[in-house]
Formats: sequence, C-alpha cells, structure tokens
Amino acid sequence: MAVPAPELTTTLDEPMGVYVHWPFCRSKCPYCDFNSHVSDTVDHDRWRTALVRELETQAARVGRRRVESVFFGGGTPSLMEPETVAAVLDTVRSSFRIANDLEVTLEANPTSVEAGRLDGFRDAGVNRVSLGVQALDDEVLRFLGRTHAASEALAAVAAARERFDRVSFDLIYARPGQSPQSWKRELSEALKHAAGHLSLYQLTIEPTTPFHSLHARGAFRLPDEDTAATLWDVTQETLDAAGLSAYEVSNHARPGDECRHNVVYWTYRDYLGVGPGAHGRLSEAGGKTATRTHRAPSIWLDRVERDGHALVDDQMLDPDEVLVEATLTGLRLASGLSRERWHALFDRPPEDLFDIRTIGLLTDGGFLELDEVGLRATATGRARLDAVTDRLLRSRQPFR
Amino acid sequence: MTDLSHIRNFAIIAHIDHGKSTLADRLIQMCGGLTNREMKEQVLDSMDIERERGITIKAQTVRLIYDAADGKRYTLNLIDTPGHVDFAYEVSRSLAACEGSILVVDASQGVEAQTLANVYKAIEANHEIIPVLNKIDLPAADVARVKEQIEDVIGLDASDAIEISAKSGLGMEALLEAIVKRLPPPKGDREAPTKAMMVDSWYDPYLGVTCLVRVHDGVLKKGQRVKMMQTGAVHPVERVGVLTPKGLEVEVLGPGEVGFLNAGIKTVADTKVGDTITDERRQATTALPGFQPSISVVFCGLFPVDASDFDHLRDSLEKLRLNDASFSFEMETSAALGFGFRCGFLGLLHLEIVQERLEREFDLDLITTAPSVIYKIHLTDGRTIELHNPADMPDVMKIQSIEEPWIKATIFVPDDYLGAVLGLCTERRGEQVDLTYAGSRAVVVYRLPLNEVVFDFYDRLKSISRGYASFDYQLDSYRESDLVKLSIMVNQEPVDALSMIVHRGQADPRGRTMCAKLKELIPRQLFKIAIQAAIGGKVIARETVSALRKDVTAKCYGGDITRKKKLLEKQKEGKKRMRQFGQVEIPQSAFIAALKMDG
Repeated sequence: MAVPAPELTTTLDEPMGVYVHWPFCRSKCPYCDFNSHVSDTVDHDRWRTALVRELETQAARVGRRRVESVFFGGGTPSLMEPETVAAVLDTVRSSFRIANDLEVTLEANPTSVEAGRLDGFRDAGVNRVSLGVQALDDEVLRFLGRTHAASEALAAVAAARERFDRVSFDLIYARPGQSPQSWKRELSEALKHAAGHLSLYQLTIEPTTPFHSLHARGAFRLPDEDTAATLWDVTQETLDAAGLSAYEVSNHARPGDECRHNVVYWTYRDYLGVGPGAHGRLSEAGGKTATRTHRAPSIWLDRVERDGHALVDDQMLDPDEVLVEATLTGLRLASGLSRERWHALFDRPPEDLFDIRTIGLLTDGGFLELDEVGLRATATGRARLDAVTDRLLRSRQPFR
Repeated sequence: MTDLSHIRNFAIIAHIDHGKSTLADRLIQMCGGLTNREMKEQVLDSMDIERERGITIKAQTVRLIYDAADGKRYTLNLIDTPGHVDFAYEVSRSLAACEGSILVVDASQGVEAQTLANVYKAIEANHEIIPVLNKIDLPAADVARVKEQIEDVIGLDASDAIEISAKSGLGMEALLEAIVKRLPPPKGDREAPTKAMMVDSWYDPYLGVTCLVRVHDGVLKKGQRVKMMQTGAVHPVERVGVLTPKGLEVEVLGPGEVGFLNAGIKTVADTKVGDTITDERRQATTALPGFQPSISVVFCGLFPVDASDFDHLRDSLEKLRLNDASFSFEMETSAALGFGFRCGFLGLLHLEIVQERLEREFDLDLITTAPSVIYKIHLTDGRTIELHNPADMPDVMKIQSIEEPWIKATIFVPDDYLGAVLGLCTERRGEQVDLTYAGSRAVVVYRLPLNEVVFDFYDRLKSISRGYASFDYQLDSYRESDLVKLSIMVNQEPVDALSMIVHRGQADPRGRTMCAKLKELIPRQLFKIAIQAAIGGKVIARETVSALRKDVTAKCYGGDITRKKKLLEKQKEGKKRMRQFGQVEIPQSAFIAALKMDG
C-alpha cells in the first residue's frame, strides 16, 4: 500500500537545539571515530569569531525560533576558552527566543587541568557537564588511551558536582576480558559518585580507528555476543535498582534529569549544527533539510571567514528518508515516539507507515509496543534494536 | 570424390591422458590441411573447456591425405571420440561412421576402465581394431606387460600392436601404413539412391546449423534437395565440404566419404543425430540403423544468484542448446532460490561442463541444487510417473512403490586401494558382480544405485585411491527400492531446494549433516530458528539457532544518523535476497552455501 507523501506539519514554534563542535583534542583515543584533531596551535580568537559567525549565518536562515538546548561537543570542548563559550552563548541569546530553562551542556575531560576551568564555563553560561570518565580502572584507562587516572577522574566528577546541578559521566563497557562481576562492581562504584545521569556505552570497534586494525590483527578480543548480552543485562539491573533507568539505549537518568539536547535528536526534532563536520536537521518549506559542514578544521575556518558558513551538504530529505531517520532515532528512546510525534512528522499513524503484520510480529515477539501513547521498543527490543529497526524498516510502506 | 578403395575411416579410442589428442595433432601435422601457424595444441578440442581439461566433449573430424608406401594416395578420415563416460552416446555415433579403430593405450599406465567400455563398443560396431602403445619412450613404459594386459583384459591380439610415441613422432609411419593396410575400405554404391548418416550437428554463428555426415551410397552435392528420413524434413543443400579440420568446400561427397553439409536448417534441435539423409527425388527405400537417443540421467536445478539474471539465464541456456541438444531444461520455482530451471544432463561431468560454460561464456553466477536421478513412481491408482525433482514427490499415501536407476560400474584400481574402493561401493549400496585382476590392478565390477553415484562418488573414489582408480558405467536397470523423501524444514516450512530422495538407511546421517550445516550458516535473528530434517511427518534430526540476545548500536547522536541511514541502505541490496520462513527471514546465501558444501 502506498501512502500519500506527507505535508510536514512540524510546527516551527517547536523548540530546537543548537550543536557546537569543537574539533580539537589533546590526544586521540584509539576507539574514537569522531571528528577530532590534535593541534597545539589553535588560534582561539579566530575560532571564536568563526563559530559566532557561522552560528549567526545559520540563525538568520531559521529565524527567531525557540531554542531549548545548546550542546558543546567534540573533540574536547573543555579545551575551549570560556570566552569562546560565552561568545557563542551570547549569540544564541541574541539570535533566538530562549527557553527559561535553557540547557547548556559541555563535554569535558575529567582531568585536573580542566577541572580548574569549570568556574569559567559556569560563568559563561554552561549549566550541565558531561565528563568522559570511561573507566574506573587505571589499566583499562591506559588501554583506552586516556590520559587521566581513575582517582583524578573521580575528583573531577566531584569538582563538577560542586559547581553544577547537572553532571553526567560516560563509561565504556564490554571491554576485552571484562567479567559481569567486575563490571557490576565498577558500576556500583560509579553510582556512588554519579549525579542524576550516566552514559554507558558498549565498546564498539569503528572502522578507520587504531582499535580497528588492532582488533583485526587479533591484538585483543571483544566479549562474544552472550557475554556482551550478560553485561548489558547487568547494566540494566544495576541502574534500574539505583533509580537511573535507561531512557535511551545507552543513557540512564533519574526521571527529569535526561539530557534534553540529546532527546531533541532522538525525537527527531530540529537542531542547528555549527563547527567542523557538524550535522543539522531543519524543518523548512514543508520538509526536513539535512545540513553538514566541512569536516576539516582549517578548511571549515577558511570557508566561514569567506562565506559566513562552511555547509557542504544542504539537502531536502525525501519522506522515505525522514521515516528511516525518525525510526532509527525514535525507537532508541524508552518512551519511543508518541502518536503526536508520528502525526507531526508524517500526518499519519505508525500503523499506516509500516506493514501491520510486521508490527504484529514484533509486538507479539515482545520487541515493540504499540498503544494509544505511541510506538516504542521494549527493554528486550532495545537490546536487539538494530535487528528490530531493520526488520521494521524493511516493512515500511512506500510514499506516493 | 575419392575411390572407395583409397578411403579409410577410423576412430581413436583412448583413456583421458593416454595421448589421443597428441596423436591426432601429429597426424594432422603429417597429413593434414593446416599450416604450422594454424596448428595449436589439441586442434580437435576446439572449445576452451576441452583444451583446458584435456578432454573431448563433442566429436570432431578431420580429413587426412596420406601418400602410402604402395605409391597410392589415401584419404584418411579421423573421427574423434569423446573419452568420458557421460558422452558414451557420442562415441557410438563416431564409431558408426567408421570401419576401424585405433586403440591407444599408454605404455606406462595400461588399460583403463573407459578404454574397456569404448573398445567393446568398437567391437560391437564390427570394427577392425589396431592396438597402439603410446609413450613407449617414457622410462616407466612396460610394453610387454601392457600388451599382455590388452590380451588378457580386452581379448585382442596384441602381437602386432604398433609401438609409437606421438610426442616425438616415433612409429608414426608404421601406424599410417597399418591404417592403410589393416583397416578395411568403406563399401558403397555411387549409383544407388543417396543414403548418408547424420553423425553430429552443431551451430556455427556464420553458417548456421552444420551437419557432420557420412555418405554410404550415392552422393551429396550443392543444389540437391535432401530429405531427412526420420523427421521427413526437406532442405536444399547449400554447401558440402570436408574438414581439414578447417572447413573446405568440395563439389560433391561420395560413398565412404565423411564431410559436412549446410542446408538452411535453423536450429540443432531440428536435426536428429542418427537420421538418414536421402535425395528427395530419388529416395532410398530403407534407412540406416540409427542410434540410441541420448538420455538425460542426472537432473539439477540451476538458479541465478541474482534474481534479475533469470532472463539472461534462459537466453544463455537456449544458446547453449543450439550446440548441445543433449541437455534439457524447463522452468522451476523454488521458495528458497526463486526462479530458475530444472535441467537434465547426460551425467555429472556434462552437468559440470554446462554449468561452467554458462558461468564462463555467459558471465552468470549460478546456484546448483543437489543432483538427482529419474525415479519411477508407481502410484496406488495404477499410474507410473517419472520424478526428476524431489520437490515434486507425491504424497506418501499415494505411492505404491518407487524404482530407482542402477548402473553397472567398472572400476580399475591398483591393488593397494582395492579395500577402500570395495568399502566405498558397499557403503553406497553396491552389489559386487565381478572382481578380476589385470596385472597388479583389480578390475571391479559393481551394480550401484545411480543416486549414490551422483552424490560425491567420483570425488570420494578419487580421494581414496589417490587418483589412481578409473571409473566407467552404463545404465543397467530400474529396481524397486526403499526410498524416502528427506525434507529439510526451517521453522516448520520445507526448504524445497534442499529436499532430496535417499535410501531409508542413509536418511539419518544425511539429515543430521544438513541440519548441522545449516545451523552454522544461518545467522542468529530476533526469533529462534528450528531446523529439522524429516521423512514424511517424522522428524529425524533437529538443530536450533538460538535467538539474538544483543544487537544494538551504542551511540547514535545528531551526527551519526546520516551514517547509520547509509549503512542501512548499503545492506538493503543484500536483504532483498532474504527468503521468508514463518517469522524468520533467511539470507539466500545460507542455502547457497549449504548446497555448495554438498558433493
């Protein structure tokens, strides 16, 4: 059955997010495939001006919409000068309508150096910090290529909690040789130091990373699927018991402490992407536009100074692509996508977007739930979400 | 046109590798119509596959001119014969066009199974036979022993066998003289109504269908209207000629001569090999005895790996059939493999060759299902049906009895490997008919069910005898047998492409092997997958692919969405080839791999 192509009804007064990418790191981690570069000679004044300029250009395009979150990601944004953060946030405030409770997150390395700059970031307007702790074991931290020690990281967490109401940190699990018992101990330790939010990622071998070639050469082995599944189960049980249930595949929070910026992605709402290699999704002229800026820091800088922006992709997505993207992101949330959301995006309910028999197969199997609230993956479904979304998406109905 | 007394028509009988092609090349070089530049190795094996595998598939022919010691000029027609058992019917055709044969035996190897079968065919065709020992210059040559073998095993007088080395040219003059002196000239009446035998036909892209003919009485010439006595078709002759081996047009082909004929025939299928050709206006009253038609004994499904290649596969099969009327095909649909063709072949090698030609010459990627034979099924309602495809097996309740084809196999094997060969034959339900010795080698004759032979018998025989055993067979009879259809099921649904008909005694191990294989090949999914082997409703083997426990991308933020979407699109092409079995979708590649691991 083909359904008519939707007239995108996302209202433009829906709040949006702003993402700012800082592409520099002190050193490169062997598992990381993000757009990050090691450079000793960053011209902070130039970068400050360029980030502000690209933000202004993009803001002019979307108009004075309401912004509810800003996220400084990287790279290592805690290497930014607080003045740069302040200048970007000033521009956000002057270009958009700002929510009273604007969330401003900054990713930071949990080192003593960066802990010393936290006051500056707070004064610049940051009100949420996410620290890349990654592990609470020094040997593992060295394996992961991190420059900090576990004790230093925990001190940084404490310093952040003294200055910010909202603090999160990341851990990486399903590491080589990791047992469910030791992971449970590590999680319990982490929970003693955690505020209301934790991001817990399984180690993934990404192509083009040093870990990829090491793994291919057999330098280390990842846990098999059954062990990885047990580690996942331990994670869910431990965090549920601590009151920080998963609100997304890898993100846990006390109710109300979810990262609102990331929820923008997962509910497939609009966001601007500023800085090298940043992506954006913007509702425009009845459709969704995907934007991307140039990845290379020096080229990005030159282009912004010349043109006011460094967009290399700026394309209207067709409705089928929107359906794929919204499904890929929306089902990652424990709450899934609400009926209102499906309706806002596609002008029709999920029952009309996918083959009803496939939905039935996946709900009967305990992987999905579809009710008056919306469509979501169950805890069982989230553990196998790639297979679930793959199956669901292959049953999607063509748009006319 | 040559006087009958100056013509000799002969075939060469030899086992693979015993030097037939080298001998033919040497004869062509000495007496043929090719310049040195035109000579390339194995001139007569014109297909790439023939040259690569060193075997002859289609019969070929060449006219040789020889000035003999008696001062007269002779025309020698060499009609090449295929050496492999699958092409036995082509051998009979070639032999019917000649009066004599040269039996070539490798002086270092001795008589082999296929030599034996073909030499008996020559004896049946009343041929005069000249035994020839080749490769006598090899250090391992044992002329006396091999002569003894020819006398003991074949029963031919080998006292005046010609000793040659085709490679070095040693003894070639003696051989040519023996052909002239010992082989009889053909008989025929130039004035009688035309009577010629259609020996072979093939498709030539420039000339259309070309017929290889042997004239018995009368003449064939351009402009004549000829009638095919069996099919009744009438064609105007456009061209006659001889093969040197390249085509050379001549005015007329007379009695005893072998040559080619073009007569505006559209497809090879319109010609009937073994038919008698006569003059429409002055017809012969009786036809020449024809040949046994070639019959398909082995069947399998051929499916394109890429479903969109189906039309291309059909076109390619049709083109191949232009030149090889001995295989058949009809459309088949499989739930596991999609659209394809059920094809019949003369034997396993024939199957392999057709498959290889399709892949090589037509650039197709093919899936071949397990080979099957023709079963005769007697139904309870009194009817009898022939079953070519296990998937078409009727309901057990409707079957009175099943008969399967048996073959009589002759295996030559060095004593050291005899025990292993006997073990293999017994394991394959064989019945020993005879066991004799030819020197240090055993000659084992067994009756075997053909379906046991199509299931990796050659490969096993080769491996247990380290390649020393040689094998030949002929169809023997149909016999009632306790056969069952072994079905393979995935989540209770049968996978048609994997079903097979087996003897009840073999069903358990075959079923267990296939289930274990599939368990390895089918990736884990959201739902657990039951793999079962069953006879009728009874499950005899079972494996389970447990459900996926974890499969989720750890990170997916604003910048990851595009990448993930692209990854999904890249996988989409492969996912198209998923086949649905109840709740699960199985990649077609798993079935292909399961079939490839067979035999």
